[in-house]
Amino acid sequence: METGLFFESIIYLAAAVICVPIAKKLGLSSILGYLFAGILIGPFVLGLIGQQGEDIMHFAEFGVVMMLFLIGLELDPYKFWRMRRFIVGMGSLQVLGTTIILFLACLLVLKWEWEATLTIALALTLSSTAIVLQTLKEKGLSQTSMGRSAFAVLLFQDIAVIPILAILPLLADGDIQNKGINESLISDLQGWLQTLIVIGTIALIYFAGRFIIVPLLHVVAATRLQELFTGAALLLVLLVSYIMQMVGLSPALGAFMAGVVLANSEFRHELEGDIAPFKGLLLGLFFIGVGASINFSLIMVDPVFIIVFCTLFNVIKFLVLLGIGKIYKKSSDQNLLFGFALSQGGEFGFVILGFATQLNLMPTYLASQMMAIIALSMIGTPILLFINEKWIDPFFGVKEKDSGNKYDDIEDENNDVIIAGFGNFGSTIGRLLKTNGIPATVLDMDSDRVDSLRKMGFKVYYGDASRLELLQAAGCENAKLFIAAIDNPTVNLIVVEMIRKHFPHLKVLARARNRSNAFELVDMGINQFYRENLYSAVHLGVDALVELGHRRYTATRQGQRFIKYDEQAVLRLSQKRHDKKAFLMTAKEEIEMQEQLLKNDLYAQLGANDHAWESEDLRKENLENSNGDKK
Amino acid sequence: MPNKILILFAHPLFEKSNVNDVLVNHIPDSPNITFHDLYQEYPEFDVNMQREQELLLLHDIIIWHHPMYWYSCPPLLKQWIDIVLEHGWAYGKEGTALKGKLLLQTITTGGRKENYCSTGRDRFTIQQLLEPFNQTAKVCNLTYLPPFVVHGTHSMTTEGYIENGKLYRQILEYLENKTITPEDLSGYQYFNDWFKTKLG
Repeated sequence: METGLFFESIIYLAAAVICVPIAKKLGLSSILGYLFAGILIGPFVLGLIGQQGEDIMHFAEFGVVMMLFLIGLELDPYKFWRMRRFIVGMGSLQVLGTTIILFLACLLVLKWEWEATLTIALALTLSSTAIVLQTLKEKGLSQTSMGRSAFAVLLFQDIAVIPILAILPLLADGDIQNKGINESLISDLQGWLQTLIVIGTIALIYFAGRFIIVPLLHVVAATRLQELFTGAALLLVLLVSYIMQMVGLSPALGAFMAGVVLANSEFRHELEGDIAPFKGLLLGLFFIGVGASINFSLIMVDPVFIIVFCTLFNVIKFLVLLGIGKIYKKSSDQNLLFGFALSQGGEFGFVILGFATQLNLMPTYLASQMMAIIALSMIGTPILLFINEKWIDPFFGVKEKDSGNKYDDIEDENNDVIIAGFGNFGSTIGRLLKTNGIPATVLDMDSDRVDSLRKMGFKVYYGDASRLELLQAAGCENAKLFIAAIDNPTVNLIVVEMIRKHFPHLKVLARARNRSNAFELVDMGINQFYRENLYSAVHLGVDALVELGHRRYTATRQGQRFIKYDEQAVLRLSQKRHDKKAFLMTAKEEIEMQEQLLKNDLYAQLGANDHAWESEDLRKENLENSNGDKK
Repeated sequence: MPNKILILFAHPLFEKSNVNDVLVNHIPDSPNITFHDLYQEYPEFDVNMQREQELLLLHDIIIWHHPMYWYSCPPLLKQWIDIVLEHGWAYGKEGTALKGKLLLQTITTGGRKENYCSTGRDRFTIQQLLEPFNQTAKVCNLTYLPPFVVHGTHSMTTEGYIENGKLYRQILEYLENKTITPEDLSGYQYFNDWFKTKLG
């Protein structure tokens, strides 16, 4: 089994590594690459993986689980409240409209049992969160009005799954046959009792998360071990998913719940950053699984029915979406995109159909047919979007250009200032800004500090600021000012480098430990650096001068000049350093540089710049004049 | 040849001054006019003498634009005068760097014009109160023009601000493009009054 897993991993990864770049080269989305990779290695083409890809699907469903966890994390109640009109309005219109039309159409034409028809209609109504969100992200459409609407509808669908799955047992008349398949602990109970337990579990997870998980994460975070936190995040997702599975619900829903529970906690961004890479990889695997699971032999039995049904249900969904877009006054190009993007069936369809089969709501054969149809439609979406982009969209002018501005109020956490590092240095900055009524988003690694500062009313997030995901989540796209104030100068440099690379628009004010640290910042194009010791050292020096009998104002002016001169010297010397082609400053060179600075100080004759309030010159001139008079 | 104008603006609380906001906004956007906001440049009063002297040399007309505080200018402008107008450069036997340049003061006062006379609350005329500046200019070989004054800003409406802003713009445009004969202004207490005759 070990070697089997090993070999399979090689096949999946190889297929992905080969197919995805090809798809990208052809201008298609990576999802299509994954899907075709799946078809290719699946049982019906090369046959490299067996049992119609079921085993992968089982494993890769975790990609969807994690995606739902991440969606949950996005859904903090406040943000959800602001989006409510779109989520509830568009979402309910889509779910109800599509379900009713599909239900009536199927009932009239196909004459299945009404319970089965309703289940199928519900299953097909739900679009694929995985495909849509991944595609939008790839095409950079997430922040357009269409992208937000799609997200709203998907969110509603994701939530709608909960009542749908809760209702299905009620549709079933009780005589569940396939007890072997249904492993749920409560499946022997009555329908209404199951529903009650399901709802109870959800409530339990919600409250447990609030009062148990967050404190536990604090303990883990206090160890300061990055990998342990990642482990804890994975454990959390797995655990909740397992509990949900025990009561017979999809693990994805469990993860979603866990996400919502943690959306308001200070660990949100860190969890996002930790889970995202797993999600990406597993989601790829999921798409491969979808490709591999398409049962071509089943399709071949009745290809006409499958293709016609698939096309028709896509068209119905598409038209309903277009109608909703019209109601919400979308421009035609946005509306078309909206319609095409959400027209497929989704992974929840599999879940619902699977559950329905367990409940004996419909024949297994019909369910398999429907699953094949959903998988086909999922493959179809990237192709449809590609066609829309290339041949349909150009006919409808006006592209949405000012993306991001329209619904800015949906975004939370859009402070102009981001402070990385909230130690003594950063917190002083934060307090000064706060005193002046400027809110700042704060990123810090110390969870204890994060907690206590949050209690004091600061918006502090726990996380490693050198991670791109966290920087993005903190709103670097829209911020104006980034203050790099992390205690560890190496980490600080890495963060500054990330910012320069990924958010070149962002103005950076950087803390520097010492001169050589400042040189490195200058090399990155940062001219506003603040050596942490310079200013207090100069202040102390000024006081020393005062102690020795200098007048305070004169000493203070000397201090001002010294700082100005020293700042210029760093800029000058950083250039010189490159002339020498010295990549590393050795201790010896550091001493040389100090000597050079001292000499330069003498050359500049610090303080001889102006002669304000001095009267020597005047006296001399008076003397000359009076001497002249005498002659 | 247009005249080069340097506006040395000194206001410690510019963001809360309605009249100066309007006045400054009406400064024409011209390559010949340099607006130099002293409190923005030297918040720690560490006026850079060298830089300021270079700026002065590049311009023909110098304007000290400031509110009237305690019958004088805000402290940073005085600091500027102390540091920049150096002996041996601006005055003294060899101090001829500013010779031939014109100096105008643009002044705002909260109190009304009527207060500034021997029988009024402020007991002295504007001209009398500004004598120290006039004399400083004289010592530095600058030609001191009668001041442009906006009186009564405490009781002024927005329309009043704008009216004065427009006037300031006209004056600056005139100074930029026309040649001034200082003798013409000798009889006038206010630049405002002389300029009225130019407007016709």
